Amino acid sequence: MNYKAGEFEVAVIGAGHAGIEAALAAARLGCRTVIFTINMDAVGNCPCNPSIGGTAKGHLVREIDALGGEMGRTADECFLQSRMLNRGKGPAVHSLRAQIDRRKYSDTMKHKLELQQNLELHQAEITGIKQTDSGYILTTRMLAEYDVKAVIIATGTYLGGRIFIGEVNYESGPDGTFPAAFLGQSLKELGLPLRRFKTGTPARVLRSSIDFSDLEEQHGDDPPIPFSYDTEDMGDNKVICHISWTNEKTKEIILKNIHRSPLYAGDIEGVGPRYCPSLEDKIVRFSEKKRHQLFIEPCGLDTEEMYLQGMSSSLPEEVQIKFYHTIKGLENAVIMRPAYAIEYDCVDPTEMNATLEFKRFKGLYGAGQFNGSSGYEEAAAQGLVAGINAALKIKGKEPLILERSGSYIGTLIDDLVTKGANEPYRMMTSRSEYRLILRQDNADVRLTPLGREIGLISDERFEKFNRKQALKAEELKRIQKTVIPPGDEINNILVSRETSPLTTGAKLIELLRRPQISYADLAPIDKTRPELDANIFEQVEIEVKYEGYIEKQLRQVEQLRKLENKKLPSDFDYTELNGLRLEAQEKLNKIKPSSIGQASRISGVSPADVNVLLIWLSSKRNDK
Amino acid sequence: MNNTAIAAISTAQGEGGIGVIRISGDNSFAIADKVFESISGKTLSSMKGYTAAFGYIKNNNEKVDEAIATVFRAPHSYTGENVVELSCHGGLFITREVLRLVLENGAQPAQAGEFTKRAFLNGKLDLTEAEAVIDIISAKSRAAARAAILAKDGALWKKITSIKSKLISTAAHLSAWADYPDEDIEEVSEDSLSLTLSECIAELNALLSTFDKGQTIKEGIDTVIAGKPNTGKSTLMNLLTGKNRSIVTDIPGTTRDVIEETVLVGDIILRLSDTAGIRETGDAVEKIGVDIAKNRVNTCGLILAVFDSSKPLEDDDKALLDSIGQTPAVAIINKTDLESVIDEEFIKAKTKNVVKISAKNGEGYDDLVKIITEIAGTDNFNASEGILSNERQRLAVLKARDSLDETLAALSAGMTFDAVNVGIEEAIESILELTGERVSDVVVDNVFHNFCVGK
Repeated sequence: MNYKAGEFEVAVIGAGHAGIEAALAAARLGCRTVIFTINMDAVGNCPCNPSIGGTAKGHLVREIDALGGEMGRTADECFLQSRMLNRGKGPAVHSLRAQIDRRKYSDTMKHKLELQQNLELHQAEITGIKQTDSGYILTTRMLAEYDVKAVIIATGTYLGGRIFIGEVNYESGPDGTFPAAFLGQSLKELGLPLRRFKTGTPARVLRSSIDFSDLEEQHGDDPPIPFSYDTEDMGDNKVICHISWTNEKTKEIILKNIHRSPLYAGDIEGVGPRYCPSLEDKIVRFSEKKRHQLFIEPCGLDTEEMYLQGMSSSLPEEVQIKFYHTIKGLENAVIMRPAYAIEYDCVDPTEMNATLEFKRFKGLYGAGQFNGSSGYEEAAAQGLVAGINAALKIKGKEPLILERSGSYIGTLIDDLVTKGANEPYRMMTSRSEYRLILRQDNADVRLTPLGREIGLISDERFEKFNRKQALKAEELKRIQKTVIPPGDEINNILVSRETSPLTTGAKLIELLRRPQISYADLAPIDKTRPELDANIFEQVEIEVKYEGYIEKQLRQVEQLRKLENKKLPSDFDYTELNGLRLEAQEKLNKIKPSSIGQASRISGVSPADVNVLLIWLSSKRNDK
Repeated sequence: MNNTAIAAISTAQGEGGIGVIRISGDNSFAIADKVFESISGKTLSSMKGYTAAFGYIKNNNEKVDEAIATVFRAPHSYTGENVVELSCHGGLFITREVLRLVLENGAQPAQAGEFTKRAFLNGKLDLTEAEAVIDIISAKSRAAARAAILAKDGALWKKITSIKSKLISTAAHLSAWADYPDEDIEEVSEDSLSLTLSECIAELNALLSTFDKGQTIKEGIDTVIAGKPNTGKSTLMNLLTGKNRSIVTDIPGTTRDVIEETVLVGDIILRLSDTAGIRETGDAVEKIGVDIAKNRVNTCGLILAVFDSSKPLEDDDKALLDSIGQTPAVAIINKTDLESVIDEEFIKAKTKNVVKISAKNGEGYDDLVKIITEIAGTDNFNASEGILSNERQRLAVLKARDSLDETLAALSAGMTFDAVNVGIEEAIESILELTGERVSDVVVDNVFHNFCVGK
């Protein structure tokens, strides 16, 4: 017998990285919120790599933090080792990556959910979803019924999950949890077409069985840099990682057994990501490569499990043991958990608006792997936006749509809802055309005022932000005014950096503009320099050095914004607009873009089609 | 609204001795003043609306042609913007030279139907005309698309594509190197990057200097005579040219390649191609001819589709009627000298311009001339599209070259590679604008295709 278990404003299905941000945001914005997890010990689990951040992903974490999300703070609290990647390759591609203590991260997030006002955390498998006049009814495996106004689906790899290891395959969620076996059918009945995607993870091995003596070490930065603008002191790095390589022998074993891979045997129908290939994929697709790199990373301080980054596989367990043992350092490795591939259900994200609400189902949102993305950070970013929008809708406020020109989160969502995903979508710096202005160092400048407006930034945090901006402005003024006279001290510095010496006085800002000269270089001659946060110097220096590029990109953003501001209706049938080419009519009807700007990014919509839309829009506007 | 000046040749080909280049936009007077010098010494910027000046077109200080410039001041012009019309001596060479000068001095090549679009958006056309405006834009953009396809067959486009590929793989290498710092990806060195950029700049410069030699724009409307074998295409060609150029026999499949002739039909210049008959064929040599013919039907400016009235319609005929699609076309029911068994109503239902002739004895020739003149005179028929698409390619090459020049300078000055890559992508974008692809998509695809990256 079904029973009524309660009424909530927002319900979140799944308590992974997307679900957590969604639930916390909705609850913090004052909505009565419930979050369901299939297994209470799997909240905020990291079933793949024990790390947060990385290229472009580090940008996402900083942006989540700047908007008032949780991922950055928790990653700082649980960090084991932190590195700023790509130093020396330019500020646009600097990215923070932290090894984290996997269990501690999960416990910390669970505790934050438990302590959050307006939020209830339940262990329950959602098996059914029904639309009502005022929202949705969710049913659990235990036949509890929840009446809710808005639902955020963040089911990760649990939805219809199936694990593949060689010839063996079985229904399962990640890390040996139960899958969500019934919700998929209910979503199909509701009218949401689902499709299968695939991902995978490498083995975990016992630390004491690894011979580290000949392996290259990888250390963290000193001092480590935090993700969160809230974190004052991180403490020191706690672990080191190691690097090893596969060899000809590894390749030989894999090729001999390739027919036993479920992917090559045709058992897996799901589409896997090109950028996260299993080792067997790498060996088959890049057969000319003699060796592949792997990183050995600790999973935590209270465990001896080690993660083998780069060594994902779905070959049979016995083959895995054989090929892992060919790798230097792993000759006697004890495999604690085998590598596996997992296939799961997800939706076509073009079914959604940039608010992450389904176009055809009001009050229904999706986030994370369910939307066709891949990665903890991509999931958390969408969870935050879905949670904020569910709450804003319930409060009767305007939705939050992040511009693609203003953040990686906006770029991620725009790509998903405009272009769709044919494979799990991973964030990359190359996906943003505005990457010189969307940097990890200035995420606060770009998004914290917005987070404040939404209501996720505390008074204290906002005051701190404003203070920092004031100091930054002052510093900019100071370097514009300060003149350095020519002299031996400055000229020695300049010449040692292979740039021309001064013959007349120069302003500090002019010296800083030289690509070869950094803030630190000028310290000895910069007598009036104040004590400031390192991030302030970083931002000032980048803004000075890249001024020309930044201004150019800002002009492009202005152009784009004009098109983004030309709004298109959501209910128009484009087949009625005869001037459009057939392909454009079909694509526009599928995507229902919210603006001319979005329409122009749809493949299959030509500049001529955009012109037709402009004419039509203008004649419509004048009619009124 | 975006009011950057746009320009195009606004007279149809083959229409008398005057060619008009129209410039419209905020800065059109300033641009026109750079290429036009009046005899009186007055600048166009200082002239009143609805006035004209006699003078000459100059390339720096070299005289190109005598011309009359007519000034229209916003909002009293066709588009509602500042407009200059430069009337020079007709002929494709001169008009294209003048257009190029105008583009080099800051105007953009007009997109299909853009003058009409601006007129509408500036309130010069009635709201009830919105639908008509949309029709014009669609029709013109189809003509533009055909011209662009044609241009892509050229040797020039192949060179542009090869430089584009080189730039994309360089950008992809930089992206993979930045996005996958933990992977075993070859370091990008400043020297090799600087070498690649210099090479691309040199190739783009070579391309710019040979631009006109590579692609000769022929005068006249690119016209294809199409139809299944033995419907009398070659006889029609002979009728139009008045010369015995194609080999005419009764065996289907005699004309195996494309034969071109330029003829004056009424006031209109046509560049005629007689193609191999379109039909499914097993003969290899003939098949090549048939493929060329099919391709031509999709890219030409005008189709003369020939049907044999003495035989019932076959599948090949119906397929031809369907494949005409959006290209301006005349359906010619040939052999009126023989007894007619063809289903004329079927043809009339598929296409609006139908004419009955006997190519053999010349009956119906005047009707054909009349209908061709009508089509060439309609607003939808954009005769200068071929030139514009050529000019767009040239401008894209120019912009790409400028971006790379800047990027190379930044690299030598010691700028970081993230900024350098933005410059390379800007150059790629200029070229991709011709095809509508997006830079980030092609670069990301290339990264996954060429680099073994992932966890």
